[in-house]
Formats: sequence, structure tokens, C-alpha cells
Amino acid sequence: MTTDVMTPAAAELRSVSKENHDTFSLVLDAPEGMEPFKPGQFSMLYVFGAGELPISISGDPQHPDRLTYTVRSVGPVTYQLVTREPGEFIGVRGPFGTCWPLDRARGKSVLIVAGGIGLAPLRPAVYSILRRRGDYDRLVVLYGARSPRDMLYKKELSAWGMLPDNQVLTTVDYGGVSWRGPVGVVTTLFKSVRLNPAETIAMLCGPEIMMRYAIRDLLARGFPPENISLSMERNMKCAAGFCGHCQLGPHFVCKDGPVFDYPALREYLDVYEL
Amino acid sequence: MTSHSLRDLLADHPFLEGFPPNYLDQLAEICFEKRFHEDEIIFREADPSGFFYLIISGTVALEITAPGRVLRIQTIGADEELGWSSMMDNGRKQFQARALDPVKALAFDGARLRSLCEANCGFGYLVLKRLLGVVSERLQNTRMQLLDVVSSK
Repeated sequence: MTTDVMTPAAAELRSVSKENHDTFSLVLDAPEGMEPFKPGQFSMLYVFGAGELPISISGDPQHPDRLTYTVRSVGPVTYQLVTREPGEFIGVRGPFGTCWPLDRARGKSVLIVAGGIGLAPLRPAVYSILRRRGDYDRLVVLYGARSPRDMLYKKELSAWGMLPDNQVLTTVDYGGVSWRGPVGVVTTLFKSVRLNPAETIAMLCGPEIMMRYAIRDLLARGFPPENISLSMERNMKCAAGFCGHCQLGPHFVCKDGPVFDYPALREYLDVYEL
Repeated sequence: MTSHSLRDLLADHPFLEGFPPNYLDQLAEICFEKRFHEDEIIFREADPSGFFYLIISGTVALEITAPGRVLRIQTIGADEELGWSSMMDNGRKQFQARALDPVKALAFDGARLRSLCEANCGFGYLVLKRLLGVVSERLQNTRMQLLDVVSSK
């Protein structure tokens, strides 16, 4: 593999599986020599002739030879990505960026708060915690989706929730009559969780508005700001801090993020234009 | 259920956290335990607002009915409140409430609760302040749902 961070390496697509009506998981063979990824990092995926996009790695860090990406088909490049056939090649750069603070969470409980496709970058963190379950106290996963048909990883969520010391709660914004679970935004689930904020690390990923309100709620419940981490999404182009497209205040999201401790972003989350 | 255990349930409910003991005693005198079975309609939209409930266990769906379908707005569960419109004179229920599983709640007749509030302004202010928190939170959550933020990511 090239050592030039700007040059994609060709990765063979192994499989494409449907997660829900518009979201797919792609599994690629990691290009030879690629650095193993850490939970929370992303790659730049390049569809030849279509374009390049930052996509979070959503697979198991224990198997760095296989790179999994969960992609929602919402535009021309993502459409091209999810309609590739196994055996085709996709350009990959990375892994890039910072990771979830799993080391700092050792000995503590972990609260995962995800909205929509924001669960994808958090899944590797869950895999890591489950693999070293004894290193952590409670694992609580709160997941909000638009509707039951928009939910990701339903079987895995259910399996995670069955494990000892785990709690998984899901909610939807719009539930049909057949949906027996909660209806409401993800922050409404906080009431159902009993955690010691000082001994819990919260990891958030989802729409920024959702994260902003979730953070307000967590702070009101006594979470120290430094115990809250979040993953940001910006218009990442070079992924190496050269181009400045993803600048957020003094930070380059591609290089200094995408995972930030909340205190680093506190001043910038409520700003209209940055 | 004895009024003593009702009193304990009241003291443990987050809505009444920090209420002075004499206020809890007054509330215990006018409340009773109510159970609803799965799928039971607790009240219907536009029903005269009768009771205010503090949920002890179970889950309740707030729904709006439309021809041919039912839209679920929100679900509420243990440690939450149901039927705040009973605190308004001549109020009508805003939504339909349906038990999604067996529900246990403490019920207060809205008229009696309002009378208590009017007889003791300090008590009334505390109750209404807590209710305002409930209404404000529901409003905020509804705004978030209307923003449809999850689908925009």
C-alpha cells in the first residue's frame, strides 16, 4: 500500500448487505499494509469515476483485515457505493481521525447514545467493550431512529441487551400501532437509565441537534463535561488536515476529530455558522 | 392499598421529589391506585379531563386517532406523569392514552387536586411548577420529533 495519505488503495468488495430500506453494509478486504483501525475512525471511500466520501468504519476492530462500512444511500456517490457488486474494487484511504475514549472508560460504565446512522461509528466501540467486558462496568446503549423500519442492527441490539450488565433501549420518532416500544426522541430514554454520572463515560453520535440536546440533558443529570465524547461530521475532503474544508473553530474534524471530548467543542456546538 | 403505602409510593415518585411531608399527606388522601390491562384505553382524545396519573409501572402510548389509523405521538412509562390537562378547568384530553402493557398508576381526581391547589397557594404553586416542567419537556420533545433530525443525518 502507498504511504501517501492522499492516494487511495484498491480494496476488493466482499459483500453488500441490506440493513434497512436505504442503508447497506459493505465489507471490503483491507488493502495490504493498511494500519488497523480504532473504534470511531473513518476512511475515505472512493468510487472510481463517481467521487470520494468519508465513511465511518462500523465493523469489528478485532478483524482489521475486513473493513465494514454502513452507508445510507442518499446521494450519487453513496448510491454508487451501495450498488457495487462483490468482486469490484473501491478506493480506500485511511483509517483517519481520533477514536472513542475506551481506555479512559476502563473501570467505568459506558453510555452510548446514538441517533439514526450515528450508531454505525459506535458499533466498533460496542464490539471492543463486549470483547473486554470485564474491563468495564455497565454498558447502556440508547438508540433513536426515525421509525421502526429505519432502525439499524436490530438483531445485534437485541443480542447486546440480553447480556449481563448491559441495557439496550430503543425509541422511534414515528411508531405504527404494531410498534410496542417507546416513541419519542432518544433523550426521553435517559429517565429509564440509572448510572452514576461521575463514573460513566458517555459516547454520542447522531445529528448535531440531537447531540446538543442530549449533552444538555446529560449535563443537567450531573455528567462532568469531560465524561462526554461525541463524533462530529463535517465536509471532509482531504482527511489529513490539509484542505480546511472540515474546519470547526480551531479544529479540523478530520484530523483532530471526528471524536472529540465535549469541552473541546463546547463553544462551537451552538454557533450558526463556522 | 393502605394510605401508608400510597404515601410511600407518592414519596418515591420523581414528580413529587422534595415535596414537604404535609403536602404528601394531603395528596395521599385524595389519590388511589389504579391498574390498567394491556391495550386498555385509559382515556380518549377530547374526553373531559378527569384524572391525573403518576405512573408507577408499565408503559402508556399517547396517540391521535385519524380515520383508519392511529398515530402514536409518544410513550411514557414508570416515574412519569399522565393527564396533565386534568389541571385545567374545563380541559379536554389532548390525546388518546392506551396501556401498552399492564400499568399501575396513582390516580388523582383533577377537580379535587385543583381544589387543593386553590386552597393552598404554596402547594398549588409547587404542583403547577412541576407540571410546567412536564409540559415543557413534552413540548420540547415534540419539537425535536417535528424537526425530524434523525432522518437528516
